[in-house]
Amino acid sequence: MTTTTTPPGVTRPVPAPRRTAARRSSAFLATHPRVRLGLLLTAPLFWLGVVYIVALALLLVTALWSVDSFTGQVRTEWTFDNIVQVVTGSLYQTVTLRTLGIALAVTVIDVALALPIAFYMAKVATPRMQRILLIAVLMPLWASYLVKAYAWRSVLSQEGILEWLVSPFGGHTPGYGLAATVVTLSYLWLPYVILPIYAGLERVPDSLLEASSDLGGKPGRTFRSVVLPLIFPSIVAGTIFSFSLSLGDYITVNIVGGANQMLGNLVYTNVGAANNLPLAAAIALIPIVIIFGYLALVRRTGALDNL
Amino acid sequence: MITLTRGARAAMIASVAVGSVLLLSACGTAGASGGGAAQEATQLGEMEKTVSILAWPGYVEDGSNDPTVDWVSGFEEKTGCTVDAKTYGTSDEAVNLMKTGEYDVMAASGDATLRLIASGDVAPVNTDLIPNYAGVYDFLKDKEWNSVDGKSYGVPHGYGANLLMYNTEKFPQAPTSWDVVFDKAGENAGKVTAYDSPIYIADAAVYLMTHQPDLGITNPYALDETQFQAAVDLLKAQRANVGEYWSDYLKEIQSFTSGDSVVGTTWQVIQNSLAGEGAPTAVTLPKEGVTGWSDTWMISSKAKSPNCAYAWLDWIASPETNAQATAYFGEAPSSQKACDFRDDCEAYHAGDADYASKIWYWTTPIADCVDGRTDVQCVDYSKWTAAWQEIKG
Repeated sequence: MTTTTTPPGVTRPVPAPRRTAARRSSAFLATHPRVRLGLLLTAPLFWLGVVYIVALALLLVTALWSVDSFTGQVRTEWTFDNIVQVVTGSLYQTVTLRTLGIALAVTVIDVALALPIAFYMAKVATPRMQRILLIAVLMPLWASYLVKAYAWRSVLSQEGILEWLVSPFGGHTPGYGLAATVVTLSYLWLPYVILPIYAGLERVPDSLLEASSDLGGKPGRTFRSVVLPLIFPSIVAGTIFSFSLSLGDYITVNIVGGANQMLGNLVYTNVGAANNLPLAAAIALIPIVIIFGYLALVRRTGALDNL
Repeated sequence: MITLTRGARAAMIASVAVGSVLLLSACGTAGASGGGAAQEATQLGEMEKTVSILAWPGYVEDGSNDPTVDWVSGFEEKTGCTVDAKTYGTSDEAVNLMKTGEYDVMAASGDATLRLIASGDVAPVNTDLIPNYAGVYDFLKDKEWNSVDGKSYGVPHGYGANLLMYNTEKFPQAPTSWDVVFDKAGENAGKVTAYDSPIYIADAAVYLMTHQPDLGITNPYALDETQFQAAVDLLKAQRANVGEYWSDYLKEIQSFTSGDSVVGTTWQVIQNSLAGEGAPTAVTLPKEGVTGWSDTWMISSKAKSPNCAYAWLDWIASPETNAQATAYFGEAPSSQKACDFRDDCEAYHAGDADYASKIWYWTTPIADCVDGRTDVQCVDYSKWTAAWQEIKG
């Protein structure tokens, strides 16, 4: 910079900017939007690629390998044995159906419970009550998953609080088993279903409900024809959570499921006890295929367009 | 807003595809590498500075879990070898960790040892270099789970039995047979429990040795196809009456306390905890015999600190340390002298050779029958695992 002073009133042309490296690259980027976009997206795309796509690809590749039964080393020769075994084996079919049944039951129960709760929170409760309820819904998420599962284990046990509550009326605790698993999973995933439905209901203007009743719509009709179509994408978002979380779960069924096993348990024993990674990878493909199928189904209903 | 042109998008997809292909080919097929036979040491040299140990939880305690439970510091002072310990949860996890070659010493149960020896991950141990080996019970030495072809692959640590636990209110008379969990399991349908591991198939085989002698089972870990199928069928019938399987011992304590389980397999240490809580349970050793475990300290074939490793094997076999370690875990010690440092040896029947002879110690089932038969192929462990999943259904 020169140190000459400029006399007042005399305008000088703006000095040409110094051609530093930073300025040069900035100028280059300003005129080359593609490069700009490329640099911006490289890191996240790399992450997406490594974490999702490569992991999935590796899973597929591993499923095509086999294990030396004696030394336990993975033999890296292509074979379709694992896939064939998983598709045709009666064990895997039974467990897949059981897992699917549990996931569907949990999803239905959660939606049935979440709809009225979310509706009350969004449309009926005072703002103060709304905040309290929101905290109450979120509160269980502060506690560890394991603590909640073990709490249900003691609730459902033969000497548990449920038995104590219902035995005067001739009832009995279901004990550990599939019913206990469905109950516990429904409890665990309920907040994940309430929250999206609540957010969806928040966006439904009250004026629409009033308009519907002005036009003679009874509450049931209003709900079916006005509210349900508007919050359908939110319900679907909630079901994706409860369905996919249930599909992959193996800890809850271990704690309260008695002697039953789900797909996750088969993966777990094949990785841990059996040291058969290829078979575990092949089994892990089942829930992936199911979830892809579910998403495709959901997409056809158009529910994902508004998300 | 910049939108990608069709060409750019195609280029991007192509680059992702090329990348994946490169990656896949990089981790594609390659020849499997086998393990070579390692040589045993003939003499000891200078101590290295560190030794890394892989063991069951509670086997290598340096006082960090409980200040009064510490047998590592004494070793470090005596030998100058700093101990770097890691624990594992299952035998299979341990086998995988040992394959990395990161560990010098490992405590392995009998269902892991043969696999490690077969893959060449552990070296034979020259027991002459371990003075305390002499004191170890003879009935623990040179067994099929710690020796191959007369070569010892380690030093015994401690042993225990998988006993029959029962609820004393349901069974005023102690059951004398395993039939309460097999043929008569229906009497307590939904309240029978069993150990959740493929190795439990051996428990069924032990039962069949007495009850179906025409099958000709002589060793529950050497089952040919027919014998194995009989054991699996027995367990499938049992499955209908099983309330839950256990692998976490806290889970079993809880289910016996609450009455959700009333009869099933257990460990002595579980009975000790339940007795402490005043639960109405007791254990017995049924007449058919039992399965059990006998753990072995082994040395890696790739050990970076073999001298410290030998020093550790000697240290952990010394009566005082062995007494401390096995008492903490809840199992019988490996030598009679260790009982001088324990007051509960009786509960674990330590040194009772008759009791010990009724225990079928966990052994990896392999295709070459461990009972010495050569005319048939035995069912190997990977098939045991597959069958176990079938049994649970």
